[in-house]
This record gives sequence, C-alpha cells and structure tokens, in this order.
Amino acid sequence: MARYLLRRFAFLVVSLALASVVLFVLLRLLPGDPANALSAVGASPEQIAAARHSIGSDRPLPEQFTHWIGQLAGGDLGTSFVSSLPVGPEVTARLNVTVPLTLAAFVLAVLIAVPAGFVAAHKRRTWYGALLSGVSQLGIAVPVFWLGMILIAVFALNAGWLPSGGFPQDGWAAPADAVRSLVLPVVTIALVMSASLIRYVRSATLDVLGSDYLRTARALGESFGTAMWRHGLRNASVPVISILGIELASTLLGAVVVESVYALPGLGSLLATGISQHDYPVIQGVLFVSTLAVLLIGFLADLVQRIVDPRLRGRLSGGAR
Amino acid sequence: MTAPTDLLARPAEPRPAGPGAGRRTRRASGTLIVGCVLTGLVALLALVSFLWLPFSPDDTTGGRLAGPGEGHLLGTDKLGRDLFTQLMTGARIAFGAGLGSVAVAALIGVTLGVLAAFAQGWLDDTLSAFLDILIAFPTLLLAMLVVAARSATLGSAVLAIGLAQSAVVARLVRILVKRVLTQDYITAARTSGTSWPRTVAAHVLPNIWPTLVVNLALQFGLAVLAEAGLSYLGLGAPPPNASWGRMLQEAQATFTTAPAGALAPGVLLVLLVIGVNLIADGLRDVLDPATRGRRS
Repeated sequence: MARYLLRRFAFLVVSLALASVVLFVLLRLLPGDPANALSAVGASPEQIAAARHSIGSDRPLPEQFTHWIGQLAGGDLGTSFVSSLPVGPEVTARLNVTVPLTLAAFVLAVLIAVPAGFVAAHKRRTWYGALLSGVSQLGIAVPVFWLGMILIAVFALNAGWLPSGGFPQDGWAAPADAVRSLVLPVVTIALVMSASLIRYVRSATLDVLGSDYLRTARALGESFGTAMWRHGLRNASVPVISILGIELASTLLGAVVVESVYALPGLGSLLATGISQHDYPVIQGVLFVSTLAVLLIGFLADLVQRIVDPRLRGRLSGGAR
Repeated sequence: MTAPTDLLARPAEPRPAGPGAGRRTRRASGTLIVGCVLTGLVALLALVSFLWLPFSPDDTTGGRLAGPGEGHLLGTDKLGRDLFTQLMTGARIAFGAGLGSVAVAALIGVTLGVLAAFAQGWLDDTLSAFLDILIAFPTLLLAMLVVAARSATLGSAVLAIGLAQSAVVARLVRILVKRVLTQDYITAARTSGTSWPRTVAAHVLPNIWPTLVVNLALQFGLAVLAEAGLSYLGLGAPPPNASWGRMLQEAQATFTTAPAGALAPGVLLVLLVIGVNLIADGLRDVLDPATRGRRS
C-alpha cells in the first residue's frame, strides 16, 4: 500500500505539473490581449504598450511561465491585472462560500440518492420504485438555473422563508445569515446532482441484485439484509465511488450557474469575471486551485476504491480504465 | 473492468432477464416512441417556425407582460413580444446547439479516441489522465473560456460545447476501441493483410457504433442544457435571437407577476431533453445487443 501511495502521489504531482503547463499555454493561445481590456477605449498604442509592460505580458512566454511557477512554489497565486490585488486571498475568500456550498450539496445529494437509488432498483416493480426512476429521469433534464428560479419563486418570493440570493457582507461572521443564504443554493445543486446519482446507484444495485454471489449467500441462509450488507454494498459502491469523485469535482466549479442565480460570491463567479476581463492571473489562479482540487479528489476516490475493492490493487487508477 | 464504461455512457436501464424477457423489446420500443414523440413535438415547433410564426419576432405591439389569451397564446414578454413566437424561434436555437455541438464532439472525440486507443505505455497513461482532468472540468466552464476568447454567438457556444464534450466522447471511444482491438476478428483482419486505417473503418467503428450513438444522443441533451446555461449567463446567442436560456434569464425578475414567461421555456427544455434521453435509452436496448446480453 505504501508503495502504491507513493506511485499514485507521484502521478498526482506529474499530472498537476502537466496541467499547469497546458493551462498556461492554452490561456496564451486564446485571442484577445489583456492589455487592451485594461486600457481605456481609445488608448494610444503607447499607453497599451505601457499597460502590457506593467503586467509583464510583453515578456517572452517561457519567462512568464517560469515567473508564474516561481510564484506558485512560494504559495503566491499572483496579482490581478485588473484590481491589482493579490489573487490568493481573493480565491480563499471565494472558497469560503464555494466549499461549504459544494460539500453540503454533495452530502445532501448522497443522502437522497443512495437510499432512493437502492429502492428504485430493489422495488422496481412497485409504483414507488417506478416513480423514483421517473423522477430521476425528469431531474436530469431540468436545467439547474431553472430549478433555482422556481425554488426562489416558491420559497423566497412567495413564502418568504429564505433570502432570494446574496451572501452576508461579513461572510461567516454572521453564521445564521450565511447558512440561511446557502440553503436554497445547496438544495438546488443537491436535487440536480442526486437525479443523476440515483441512476448510477440504481444501476449498480441492479447489477448486485442479479449477481451470483448474492444468490449464493442467500442460498446459504443469509437474510437479504445481511447478504446485501456483507456482499452487496461493497460491490455496488465501487462504480458509484468513481462517479462520486467526478461529480464532486465538477460541482466545485459547476456551481457557477447556481452562484449566478443566487448572486453568491463564489469561485465560479470569480472565474466568470476573470474570463470576461481577460484577467489571466485570476483565471490561472482559479483554474490551478480547481485542478489541484480535482486531482486530490481523484486521488481520494482511488484510495477509497482500493480499500473497498481489493481486486483493483495492481492498477494505478481505479476509475478510468 | 466494464463498469466505468457503462457509467460513462450513463447507466443502462437494465431489465432483469427471465420469463418476461420477451417483453423487453416491446417496452424498449415504447421508450423509443415516447422519446420520438416528445422530441418530434419540439422539432415541429422549430420546423414550423421557418415557415410561419404567429407574430414577427420583434413585433412589440402586444403590450408589456400581457397574460395568456388576449390574442397571444402565452402572453408577451417585458418588451411586448409574443412569447409563443419566441419559444418557436428558441426551438431552432436549441436544435442548432444540440446538433452542432454533437457534430463537433463526434468529429474530434472519435478521432482522438481512436488515436488514443492505439497509444501504449506512458503515452496512454498521460493521454487518459489528460482526458480525465478535462472531463472533471464542467462543460459549461470550458465553454465559457472559449466564448470569452471569441464573441458571444451561437457559433462560439456550439464550438465551445462541442469541444468540451469531445473529451467525454474521446474517453468513451478509447475504451470501446481498446476492447474491440483485443478481439480475434481484428487479429484475423490484420493477419490477412488489411491495413490499420481500413481495419478501423471496416471493423472497429461499426462495432463501437451502437454504444457511440447512444452516448451522442445523451450528449445532444446535455448540449441543449449547456447552451441554455450559457445563454442564461449572457454568453449564448446574442439578442434578438430568442434562446430559451436567455428568455428564462429575462423573465426571472417577473417570475411572480408573469409566470408564463419564466415557466414555458423551462418546460420546453425539459421536454426536449427528456425526449432525447428516452430516445437514447430506447436506442440502447434496440441497437446494443451486447448490453442486453451482459445484463441478462
């Protein structure tokens, strides 16, 4: 296991290094000059050149890259072209909204999807089993922002129970307000996420229910509950875990639309602003941090999978192949 | 390990084999028919919109935020434009976005996937790790990057969504092709002197086609949703094009006073996406005997 951990960790570091090169190069390949975006309309070529010099985009690419990597190594995400503020603290502030939002939505989605998916498979011949499958079929077709709009209309505008958007100015200093403003966004993401998760859980459960080992266990006299608990759960969780990893990672950034619906100052909206202003340090900073998160989540998902499924030992990454 | 492949292709709706196994085909075609009807209804809206519209799309004589009835089937928006007219032109955009993105995703994804399937050793590891990372980034975000670099047009949105989806298609194709390449008939074709390009065209692609088509149908639905999301964020087709996403965004402020505008585009989006998802499910059962065999 120690050897595996080491290899898998090396893989993570190499992936991160590769990803940062790709990230840097891709951003520079995009048309559009940040210096133009920075300068006032009708700025003279000299002014644009000065702006270009001040943000360092007139230097050769390899130099810009080593400069960026050097900063990263020192834990510095750089300085925004637009606001001249350091990117690191800004990203941290946004993470204070996005991470609780994502984690709470993720936990809620799992709490909904695992029992619902199990019931949808186990009780597929009953009306409520079929209903659950139908609802999840419906759920994956609902645009997340539309669900958000409906929830706002019902619970914020009509009932007035919860705020319709925004986040307290002083953030978590007012915990009750902060939590209240995250309730609807969390529910929105969790419902959409659980709709697709239910299908995976249902499918994994159906595979287990039709398996020979479950039938054998039952034939040997184990009750359905014991057999599911001892043999079914472990087997069904292997494919589900790899999907959970992907879902968690993509929600971290995919929250951008929900953040926009609820006017939340999260990581996604920082990225959206950065993109619209051609603010490379902000875009790079956000994408680097998210890539790191994505890789770490993949790392964790692989570890959990190996603990759950000994058959995966000998593979570097359990999920994708 | 076959499970992740199935997961990528969205889990099938496996039905247990047994005495009722014969019923499966009937139920599958039922799914297909319902899917075709739903998709067809929306397609009809789009097609009719080219020939006839109840009002001109920029006719603002209807009075602002009029309710349903009063000469307007669903009422008007905040500029007085007929809602139903906008829904019809929006259907064109939804189909354009779906078909265009899937075409881009298929073209790039299949090419990359086939090439990646032939890679060995570290190159293979690197390629699949790269695809994994790319996939973990939401389609919408990759699309936002592309749209920001170009301008906010339907073309940019389609290109962007297609590019983002091509990673998913490439990964699926890579796994499928790898599986096919181990088959005896490939060895046979190669030993009898068939060149690689010909082998791929004659033996590999036809064998991955069923699973691929099902996945592309799912990607169509996802692309429609992604375009709506981009338009909602103001990054899709610019006004006066009526994208459903932008219609929803514009109607958000008046949800309680004029709910029709905030509901109708969403309902159509859901109908279309459910429709194509059902088509995908139905096609899976009809086209892919392998899935049925394995599940049984």
